[in-house]
Amino acid sequence: MINRLTDSLEFHTQALSLRAERQRLIASNIANADTPGFQARDFDFAAALRAASGNNAVGDGIAQDVMRGDGPGASANASPVLRYAVPSQTNLDNNSVDMDRERSAFVDNSVKYESTLRFINGSVRTTLDAMKSYHQA
Amino acid sequence: MSMLRIFDVAGSAVSAQSQRLNTVASNLANVDTVAGPDGKSYKARQVVFQTTLMGNVAQREASAGVRVSNITEDQTPGRRVLDPKHPSADADGYVTYSNVNPVEEMVNMMSASRSYQNNVEVMNTARGLLLKTLQIGQ
Repeated sequence: MINRLTDSLEFHTQALSLRAERQRLIASNIANADTPGFQARDFDFAAALRAASGNNAVGDGIAQDVMRGDGPGASANASPVLRYAVPSQTNLDNNSVDMDRERSAFVDNSVKYESTLRFINGSVRTTLDAMKSYHQA
Repeated sequence: MSMLRIFDVAGSAVSAQSQRLNTVASNLANVDTVAGPDGKSYKARQVVFQTTLMGNVAQREASAGVRVSNITEDQTPGRRVLDPKHPSADADGYVTYSNVNPVEEMVNMMSASRSYQNNVEVMNTARGLLLKTLQIGQ
């Protein structure tokens, strides 16, 4: 019964931890922008989230999983497949970090991390409001 | 909390970049140093960066910090200037200065300073996100 309350958060929780993972990855790329021979890495967020929330299309993943009763995220903490970035310009020291790309990916990822946080806050608030009695509200 | 590892990664980069800035500073300071009595002049120094994996086994793959693996000395011969009146001039009247190229060093300095700023910004962003994460449900 009580898991009905938290199941709706499961999808966003997964998205949030993947966003944190990606943030860490991009931070590593930026840190190694001057390291000779370092290859920049990233992962396909949509594919990783699909894998983490049970191989369904992202949109209807939760509904189907909840109906099946085993909740989303059977493979919850499977780490995403890391891919190497294709260098946009050839570089004498074999470093494939493109700072423009990394910076935009970093900003993009932090905005999306924050929006996921807001989604979670929104659902928590909705649930709490629903739990309040008529007189309290 | 995998985001906390960002501070280790960006912190390692910041300290590596500041070490690079340090070598640039000593190179620039020694641009006009002449060779001592032993005939050896100052050699320009360069840091060598190397990737180092941080954190526990599960987080290792994604947390690539950076460290200075060693500092190399540029072995090209120093600049020789004909100045017979100079107290450090050799028998032929030449003075050997250090082999520092100030233009290269200035470029190196700008690059180090930009990288430093980038990593500080990464830390600030991570800090902001973590603080907002702490406020979930409030």
